Amino acid sequence: MSNLAVAVQDLSKKYGDTFAVSHANFEVPMGTVCGFVGPNGSGKTTTIRMLLGLISPTGGSGEILGHSIKHPEKYLASVGAMIEGPAFYPALTGRENLNVLATLGNYGTDHVQSLLERVGLGDRGNSKYKTYSLGMKQRLGIAAALLPSPKLLILDEPTNGLDPEGIQEIRDLLKSLAQEGTTVFVSSHLLSELELISQHLVMLRKGKVLFAGKIEDLFLAQQPFILVKTPNESDLLKISEIAVAAGHKSTIRSGVAHIEGPAEWAAELNKSAFAAGITLSQLSPMLPSLEETFFEMTGDSE
Amino acid sequence: MIRVFKAEWRKLRRPTLFLGTLLASAGLTGLVTSLLFLLIDSPQGNSDRGNMVSREILQLPSGLTIGFSNAAGLLGIVALCVFAAQTAQEYTYGTLRNLLVRQPRRMQLLLGKYVSMASFAVVMVILAAAVSMSLAFGLSGKAKVETDAWVTSDALQELAKTFGNVLLSVIAFGTVGMILGLLLRSPISSISLGVIWLLIVENILIAVKASLGKWMPGNLMSTIATGGTSEVSYTHAISFTAIYLVVGALIVSTLFKRRDVSN
Ligand SMILES: Nc1ncnc2c1ncn2[C@@H]1O[C@H](COP(=O)(O)OP(=O)(O)OP(=O)(O)O)[C@@H](O)[C@H]1O
Ligand SMILES: [Mg+2]
Repeated sequence: MSNLAVAVQDLSKKYGDTFAVSHANFEVPMGTVCGFVGPNGSGKTTTIRMLLGLISPTGGSGEILGHSIKHPEKYLASVGAMIEGPAFYPALTGRENLNVLATLGNYGTDHVQSLLERVGLGDRGNSKYKTYSLGMKQRLGIAAALLPSPKLLILDEPTNGLDPEGIQEIRDLLKSLAQEGTTVFVSSHLLSELELISQHLVMLRKGKVLFAGKIEDLFLAQQPFILVKTPNESDLLKISEIAVAAGHKSTIRSGVAHIEGPAEWAAELNKSAFAAGITLSQLSPMLPSLEETFFEMTGDSE
Repeated sequence: MIRVFKAEWRKLRRPTLFLGTLLASAGLTGLVTSLLFLLIDSPQGNSDRGNMVSREILQLPSGLTIGFSNAAGLLGIVALCVFAAQTAQEYTYGTLRNLLVRQPRRMQLLLGKYVSMASFAVVMVILAAAVSMSLAFGLSGKAKVETDAWVTSDALQELAKTFGNVLLSVIAFGTVGMILGLLLRSPISSISLGVIWLLIVENILIAVKASLGKWMPGNLMSTIATGGTSEVSYTHAISFTAIYLVVGALIVSTLFKRRDVSN
């Protein structure tokens, strides 16, 4: 048995003559949390639907838990999923909605209550779905995805509509699931939301996979920089010269010098500036966000 | 498939839907049966479209179930609405994707859903028969209809036959509902198309050209319930209904099997 939970090769979906997903290649190792990141319309949901056998690819192939995605019946029993937001019967209670899916999947309805509790709906299970708030609906969707005690959990933007506290709860939940050995494949349009919990990343843009791999590789590529401001703008040029002389690239943009270099070198720069008789009104060591790093890596600064 | 069947019943047994539908069926059948007995001497007629069902006919062994079989068309419409709504709402609520993740074998999902709705129709028809027969006995005295022939073995045979025919007819209407639901993927459009066709379009077409009645699906399905009429024989009605439904079911099930689920 392979140690990959998900593997896709040249997976494509074409609508008319445009590719919603174009020749995607990526792998998700077992037991990891993999973030699936891309802006709106980049093809995340389309990819997930193909992985779940809901739509058929127009090209390429894929395997989930070692089985071809052409035969979803072979692997879906151990896959939990929430696709493009929660969808339930409004007139049924949260609990009955889960019961329907538990019956259908033959999982038994015994652990429905504990699932409701796990997602924080323990005391609202008997309310009708239509009375739920957006965040509660989202939580019920996650509970439904957990019904099979899945080996692989696929969640499409699970934090949509959640408040910061809710987002944190979901992160904690995903972390604890990962610790129990569940492989998690979770999409978001914000990398910042996933970088704290993911070990792997698949980055998608306009249907193409731009990065797929370990998140460390992105961290390693992160270039620290220092922002410098002086009360007197003409002094910025001198600061730039000092930086360049010390081997650090520097650019001046709208009255601020961006100097590439690690935080430790900032003290050095401060000293040199002082020696040259320049006062600094700001000296801030920074680390670009992973998102910025990513776009730098791919040469796409849109 | 048993899993699909049980899961579907969790939705069907929802009180508003379950009791609401049963109440509607019982009410409609009750109304049709009551009018049959209460208006027996009315010159406007006591049956559908102003037809007369005389005391002599009501006193036959088959008289007990005339009200019930007259109500079949209405029961059929109710079944069509239920089947269509229960099918199409999976698209509009987006719940179909959840169902398919838990049961990726699409034909089994479809079949299980169909069988559970058909069993719902059985409950509906049993109740309708019970209501209609109770009212027939209850109102017979007032309408001066002799009931001796109703408690014979002939009557029991008539009852079994009528029950079977009404059930077939109602399930056929339901099947049309499910086909429309799968085709149009919207409860409102599938129900309105179904009801408008059955209640309005067919009647206009038949009024314009009576011989069309032999080919109109709604008319054929209603004919099944009555066991055949002078214009359309029972075998003709059964065979052509079967052909229509099989062709329709083949088309929609192929579509359902192949079609992308992107709601
Ligand atoms: N059924 C469809 N028919 C035609 N085009 C489609 C269909 N489904 C998706 N698309 C197109 O495919 C592209 C990718 O859509 P998709 O829903 O996968 O994006 P996404 O990454 O999930 O976006 P979001 O963050 O907004 O959910 C979009 O341009 C969309 O318009
Ligand atoms: Mg999406």
